[in-house]
Amino acid sequence: MNASTLFARVGGVNALPVLLMIIALPLIGSYSSWVTLTVAGLAMGMMIFLMASGLSLVFGLMDVLNFGHSAFISFGAFIAASMLALMPGFVGSSSVALNFLALFTAIGVASLFGLVAGWFFERVIVKPVYRDHLRQILITIGALIVAEQIILATWGGNPVAVPRPAMLEGSFIIGDISIEIYRVFAFGLGLAVFIVLYLVLNRTRIGLLIRAGVEDREMVEALGFKIDRLFVGVFMVGSALAAMGGAMWAGYQGLISGALGGELMILVFIVVIIGGLGSIEGSLLGALLVGLLGNYVAFLFPKLSLASNMLLMMAILLWRPWGLRPALKL
Amino acid sequence: MTDTAIPSNPPADRARTGRMIVYGVAGLIGLALMFAPFLFPDVRSGQVAARICIFIVLAASYDLLIGYTGIVSFAHTMFFGLGAYGVAMALKGMGATWGAIALGGSAGVLAAIVLAVLIGVLSLRVKAIFFAMVTLAAASVMAVLASQLSDFTGGEDGIVYSAPKLFSPATKLLTTDDGKVAKLLGVSMNGKIAAYYFVFLSCLALFYVLNRIVRSPLGTVLEAIRENDLRAEAIGYRVVAYRTSVFVIAAVIAALAGAVWAVWLRYTGPETTFSFAIMIDILLMVVIGGMGTMVGAVIGVVIMNLAQFYLKDLMGAAAEATSAVPVLPQLLDPDRWLLWLGLLFILLVYFFPAGIAGTLMKKGSH
Repeated sequence: MNASTLFARVGGVNALPVLLMIIALPLIGSYSSWVTLTVAGLAMGMMIFLMASGLSLVFGLMDVLNFGHSAFISFGAFIAASMLALMPGFVGSSSVALNFLALFTAIGVASLFGLVAGWFFERVIVKPVYRDHLRQILITIGALIVAEQIILATWGGNPVAVPRPAMLEGSFIIGDISIEIYRVFAFGLGLAVFIVLYLVLNRTRIGLLIRAGVEDREMVEALGFKIDRLFVGVFMVGSALAAMGGAMWAGYQGLISGALGGELMILVFIVVIIGGLGSIEGSLLGALLVGLLGNYVAFLFPKLSLASNMLLMMAILLWRPWGLRPALKL
Repeated sequence: MTDTAIPSNPPADRARTGRMIVYGVAGLIGLALMFAPFLFPDVRSGQVAARICIFIVLAASYDLLIGYTGIVSFAHTMFFGLGAYGVAMALKGMGATWGAIALGGSAGVLAAIVLAVLIGVLSLRVKAIFFAMVTLAAASVMAVLASQLSDFTGGEDGIVYSAPKLFSPATKLLTTDDGKVAKLLGVSMNGKIAAYYFVFLSCLALFYVLNRIVRSPLGTVLEAIRENDLRAEAIGYRVVAYRTSVFVIAAVIAALAGAVWAVWLRYTGPETTFSFAIMIDILLMVVIGGMGTMVGAVIGVVIMNLAQFYLKDLMGAAAEATSAVPVLPQLLDPDRWLLWLGLLFILLVYFFPAGIAGTLMKKGSH
């Protein structure tokens, strides 16, 4: 049995995150820090997945690359921070229900904002420049500049502290292993979103149309479906997910600044490129790889953590120029 | 047939007038830069003039990519920074000699070539939009590396060093009979003048090279690739090879501009070379001036630099005037000048995608 069939039998590219975890264990040495790093990597990966999935789908469906996507991430983070700051009683309360109410209100308002802003963005900014890549890039960059300035004007240039609900502070302790509760929560939320997206895309009629549109937009249009309307919906959901990811990230970091969107956008792009455009499975795979590798390398060689993702991207582009699991090859 | 029998052609006339205006303005800018030390003798203006020279080269070489070939790169400041850091590290390590400038500059250019080939070969095969993402990721990683590898690059603080003796303010280029610095038209002929003309002439040479490139057969092939890459490929031009080589050419010119910038500034740090803000500036300059025209870069750079100084003043005044109104003062704060420029940029891309020079010269939108 040669290497490639063995690779395919153990799960192919889907097994890469597991492979990475196994390789990291002897390098890190200590079992407890390996668990901590792995959990952190998975949680980070899931949050990045939230931000990346929308971008990937929007690109796959309509060939639109939205450089302004990071504005939704930043807005989500800042809105969630403001919402949590508005509810000190709920956030600080020892009641689990009130904690969750505050958290879900914050994430919900951020996502709702993403939904509405996504609609506005699609109609006003993106629609006039469909099918013109150069102007698309330019105009979404322009929108990004404006959005970042609005954030600076609204929340000021100084870092903003994010109050975290009391019950999500602290860690589970199992033996000598400690796992932060917030990370488990972030992982769970990301996984839930992935499952919902997966089911919608693979089990419903709308999902069928979206997948068909990603594969061949003109054919779907020729069959009489209004792909434009579908696209607005996908764009709105993608923006809402980005805002949700930003909101989760704000809680994870505890202190956010205006540069957050731009920094995360690099990771999001790397994830989308690694995963392959247009597929949420690819985005998930890419996000987990980036999250895990980032955390392992930050522990082993602190100075190389961002560069490691770049090297990962280059390696994968050499191996598979269209990414790991692309829905379409350009 | 007499002249009167030929029907006049108003659009062509207008285009000719427009072209005259554009070239006239660009010529005036060129003259102003040539005599900048005599026209604007104060230190701050000298700084602005040198900055404009460097950025004209930087924006024009970026226009070679985005305007002439239609590829969007976000790594242009990365190459700029490589050239600057090469010279900075050499001047710091070897002392203020010409050899250090040559060695550091060549090292920076070499690094730029290697990286450009690597990025080009890896990602220009796939769609242009992929390329934009890869360059963005590469550039930001390089920026992080520059600020983290502080043993070599000085980290966030950057590197301070001195330029060759010829450029120091104490150097006397011309002396009067009693050994003092001679004055020409009221301006002392010291090392600062030499430094400015070093910048000006280097930039002029680089700008001339860029103009030769776009007027050469290579430039025509690049425009063909921009208009229709499939057809260009079908005619027999190897699109990937052309795209990669123009990316390398632009990278080399950006690195050289960076090297000159480092000599002029005597300081190199992440903020003056690698920052994404500079990349955005260059993009705005090229688009405002007019993509696909070399003179457009000249006009765009001057407009952006003037806007940076005067728009801020104007906005400060406006913010004070509206201080009674609730939200307006925050939006009109001088620090928010990019907000308005961003809006202007969006409107420009919608309505005048050819930019100022392109619209005036009626090159038409693509």
